[in-house]
Amino acid sequence: MLNILVRSLWNRRGTAVLTIFSISISVTLLLGVEKIRKGVRASFSSAVSGTDIIVGARGGQLQLLLYSIFRIGNAPNNLSWESYYEFRNNRRVGWTIPFSLGDSHRGYRVLGTNQDYFKYFRYGRKKKLEFSKGEQFSEVFDAVIGSEVAKNLNYQINEEIIVAHGTGKKSFLQHDDRPFKVAGILRPTGTPVDQTVHVSLEGITAMHVDWESGAPPMEGENLSLEEVIKLDLQPGEITSFLIGLKSKIHAFKIQREINSYKEEPLSAILPGVALQELWNILRTAETGLRVITWFVLFAGLLGMITALLSGLNERRREMAILRSVGAGPGTISFLLIFESTVLTVTGIIFGLLILYITLFVSQPILEAYFGLFISVDSLSYKDLILLVGIVFAGMLMGLIPAIKAYRQSLADGMTVRL
Amino acid sequence: MDEAIIDLKNVCFRWKNSGSMLLDIPEFRMKQHEHVFLQGPSGCGKSTLLALVGGILILESGSLKVLGQEISDLSRSGRDVFRVDHIGFIFQLFNLLPYLSIEENVMLPLRFSSIRAKRAGRTKLDRLNEARRLLKALGLKEQQEEKSPVIELSVGQQQRVAAARALIGSPELIIADEPTSALDTNLRNSFLELLFGECKKSGSTLLFVSHDSTLSDNFNMQASMDELNNIIN
Repeated sequence: MLNILVRSLWNRRGTAVLTIFSISISVTLLLGVEKIRKGVRASFSSAVSGTDIIVGARGGQLQLLLYSIFRIGNAPNNLSWESYYEFRNNRRVGWTIPFSLGDSHRGYRVLGTNQDYFKYFRYGRKKKLEFSKGEQFSEVFDAVIGSEVAKNLNYQINEEIIVAHGTGKKSFLQHDDRPFKVAGILRPTGTPVDQTVHVSLEGITAMHVDWESGAPPMEGENLSLEEVIKLDLQPGEITSFLIGLKSKIHAFKIQREINSYKEEPLSAILPGVALQELWNILRTAETGLRVITWFVLFAGLLGMITALLSGLNERRREMAILRSVGAGPGTISFLLIFESTVLTVTGIIFGLLILYITLFVSQPILEAYFGLFISVDSLSYKDLILLVGIVFAGMLMGLIPAIKAYRQSLADGMTVRL
Repeated sequence: MDEAIIDLKNVCFRWKNSGSMLLDIPEFRMKQHEHVFLQGPSGCGKSTLLALVGGILILESGSLKVLGQEISDLSRSGRDVFRVDHIGFIFQLFNLLPYLSIEENVMLPLRFSSIRAKRAGRTKLDRLNEARRLLKALGLKEQQEEKSPVIELSVGQQQRVAAARALIGSPELIIADEPTSALDTNLRNSFLELLFGECKKSGSTLLFVSHDSTLSDNFNMQASMDELNNIIN
């Protein structure tokens, strides 16, 4: 019986291949979207993988996460160096990284920080930042640029760059009297680090040293570079800072301590919690995407019924011959259900094949260019249930032509005259 | 050896949803080894009668025995098995599954009937040889018996393959429904001769149905639907 089924299918291989193909594509999409969703989430999380607490001026937790880690939007306020100093010396704090934001270079954000950034900042699976060329800044006017900045602007070591005041792409106020020099270029990380120009906190202060209320000094009144470097460049304020705790157990305690700090209104957030808020916002878009892939699957299965139903008329003869040699109408309808099942299962197998080959080939490319790390792992329990569900749906779809064939073969008997 | 192969008494049949009676046959008997020619114009209920004998349709009232077995006593699947075990069919056209080879087409009933499979041969090779023997006896040349696709055969050759399929495993009854109407006169006569010869050899009874009365001379028994059936369209 199986032999007959396979031979019969082979005889109609054109339509069968198309059906299998459309089911494969649906399966690939369905599972692929899920993988990409997970990959996107993972890459977001990877931008803050080593950080326990982020501290900024009082404000929304999502806002703080977005401006300090993802360089999206601006800080509502700064926080004082004293507050930073206070918590840096807290006995439960292992390390801190200060961030000073607010300037940009040709659309890329400039981040003022210190050497601790290169020492403690972690991304992805707890990876340290590495240099592809040069080294971390040592002079006041040294800069370390992210891989994307270097690539897109074609910058080399020792190249001079001018930082613009503010974060707009076209800024009229340039710190052109105090150019920075590229001291190092970072390796790609797949995080916002790639799109950042890093300078020292002192550099940030030095740029703004004789500015008054956000406006540059008058012509001839600005200090010379030599004069600036001699000044005390310890910043009075920073934008935010990251905290790594000695023990994660105290995260909530420290968070509460910072939030209720008397000297200054501060916000402390746990990156995981803030990311959760981000996912809640993105959920609608994700659901939309998933609904679309469900429709693709539905279209694939519908295509299968169409193919089976339209093939049924030309197969009346085949059915009648089988009837004449002893096949019952039940056997005939079983053949059709079995056929739709075979098509669905084959479709799923090919779909998985396409999915894994695509993932395998595109994984390094996605990671290098988009910072999207999609893990090529085995199917989850949820995926398996999904696939079993698809097989059942395929069988169910086979039921419709099977019922039709059953009726037809009862009515036709053995004598079809076409 | 006077056993009745087919025995009809007061058979009535109508389609479930239509009111008018289609068949009303008071009596029809066929004995073993007879070659019966059943004549009747198209649309007179010949095919319906064959479907009744084959157990695909069930009569409304009366008695229909094939090989002494009352067909309506059998379950649906029982009728399917009974059909393949005891009856070989040859139709007018399109008798073969295009995706099976010639030999596989001939051996198709053996997949569904263990009785006929046993009769055709003990081993798979025996059955294959039986299929080849039948094909040869029916005048198909050696190279055509090989695994070539059946669509390449001419209509006459296809009908011979169909005859071989009906005959394999020596079923008690062969039913041929207009098997020669697509053949020209020369082919028709040689086909009939071969069919008679093989039926005789395997001891099968033949019920041959056709609208073409010129064939009736070849048969030792003639019947006409007009005489059998009380319902006249």
